[in-house]
Amino acid sequence: MTLRNSAAVVGAAEVPPSRTTTGMTTLDMIATVAAAAAADAGVAKDEIDGLLVGPQVGETPQHVPATVAEYLGLRPRYADLVDLGGATGAGMVWRAAAAIQAGMCETALCVLGNIREGDPPRSPNRNPIREFDVPYGGSGANQAYAMVATRHMAEFGTTAEQLAQVPVFERANARFNPDAVFHDKPITVDDVLASPMVMEPLRLLEVVMPCGGATAVLVTGRGSARRFRRRPVWLRGAGEKVTHRALSQAPELTTSPLAAAIADAYRMAGVGPSDLDLLTPYDCYSIMLAVTFEDAGLCAKGSAGPWMAEQDFSHTGNLPCNPHGGQLACGQADLAGGMAHLVEAVRQLRGTAEGRQVADPALALVTGNGATMSEEVALVMEADS
Amino acid sequence: MSIPKPGPTPVPMSKPFWSATAQGQLVVQRCQGCGTHQHYPRVVCRHCWLTELDWVTCSGDGRVWTYTVVHRPGHPAWEPEVPYVLALVELDEGPRLMTNIVNIAPAEMRVGLAVRAVFDDTADTSLVHFAPVDRPLPTP
Ligand SMILES: [Zn+2]
Repeated sequence: MTLRNSAAVVGAAEVPPSRTTTGMTTLDMIATVAAAAAADAGVAKDEIDGLLVGPQVGETPQHVPATVAEYLGLRPRYADLVDLGGATGAGMVWRAAAAIQAGMCETALCVLGNIREGDPPRSPNRNPIREFDVPYGGSGANQAYAMVATRHMAEFGTTAEQLAQVPVFERANARFNPDAVFHDKPITVDDVLASPMVMEPLRLLEVVMPCGGATAVLVTGRGSARRFRRRPVWLRGAGEKVTHRALSQAPELTTSPLAAAIADAYRMAGVGPSDLDLLTPYDCYSIMLAVTFEDAGLCAKGSAGPWMAEQDFSHTGNLPCNPHGGQLACGQADLAGGMAHLVEAVRQLRGTAEGRQVADPALALVTGNGATMSEEVALVMEADS
Repeated sequence: MSIPKPGPTPVPMSKPFWSATAQGQLVVQRCQGCGTHQHYPRVVCRHCWLTELDWVTCSGDGRVWTYTVVHRPGHPAWEPEVPYVLALVELDEGPRLMTNIVNIAPAEMRVGLAVRAVFDDTADTSLVHFAPVDRPLPTP
């Protein structure tokens, strides 16, 4: 029993990230994108019988699926909350497929959204990170990814100039995405190196910008996937791995648990890195993409720095990667930002990416990464043939 | 008015750790079954799930596993401190912990640097910091 090609994404939608949002609640945002995804697919509301949502810090601490279902007038047979940080969106897809295969629902809405009106309140955590990390000035994600980058540089000789290539190529890709926050704002390696230091060795232009926004996909089973208006995009393989929350407890610093998740996804899909036509990897920091390229087997561990310099990641390049610009160019709409990589893969694999369409891609690797390289999901998605 | 720094938030399980740091000692748990040392404190050994754990005093020696120099802190209470060194230290006994490296210029920081625990008994805190082994005393 495998999930390979058991289900497909038949609809996708995005409320593009914006620096601030006004006049909307998170539920309003979710409803907006859910209706857009249903319209994209041509799925009638009452055909949706599965619902997967994410946490809503500060608004609905519990009962999130019921709250969203009630607002949308849905009465799902399967309702779930997925809590994997930036991997939540990718994690929803295989869960939806598993529920469909088990007969618990037929068509599932996976939806994430957030608003941003000024800086969000600090979460009142009471956990080991609060007890053992925060008192040393170790709050937030920037410090963790900076420490991953420090270690990568020390072990492998990776340089600041090499990591700076990441935001440079993503900004270049965003020239073809009018929805990107940094559309038409290309930058150079020198611009990155001249941007303010945040946490050494990471500078401002290597760090994602928090935004508000929303994303949604509709997942349905093999039997009905071709009856909607869009070309289905098949779930060909999936893998997941969670190892820690605090970076002090991570098994390693320069290999992510994503390596195991990607290996599982390749195994289910029966493919390897050389079969991929498109990458839409999770990118919260420059170093995350470098580690992901290595963990995906696209280059040897430690070699991402020089390897990236030899690639053309544009939509017409040898290895298209985040043709929409990724989160570093589009902004990160909290958890929805992690699903945006899937939405872009869906657009590309069904041929609706318009001005940045990759030529006939068949297979894409999508990744999600949560917390401090902690909770990881990989998907291999396939175009309909 | 300065923003207060959020201090440690001990729970019953971790009280021996914080009591020890207040006395200038660094203690971690060691499993009676498999011998693994662990930090932070837990009710089970994270390696084998045995519940028989002893508190043992560490040498206080370790090496910098990785670090960052913070210019824009994640919490506003640290803004007056920048730039400061945040590090993960790997103790000789094995566990890793978040800490600050003191008595060192940020430019001198290196992965693998040999460091030793130091305790600041001038402040109302039981935090454990680390300093280069050849410069064990924090700058007053
Ligand atoms: Zn044990």
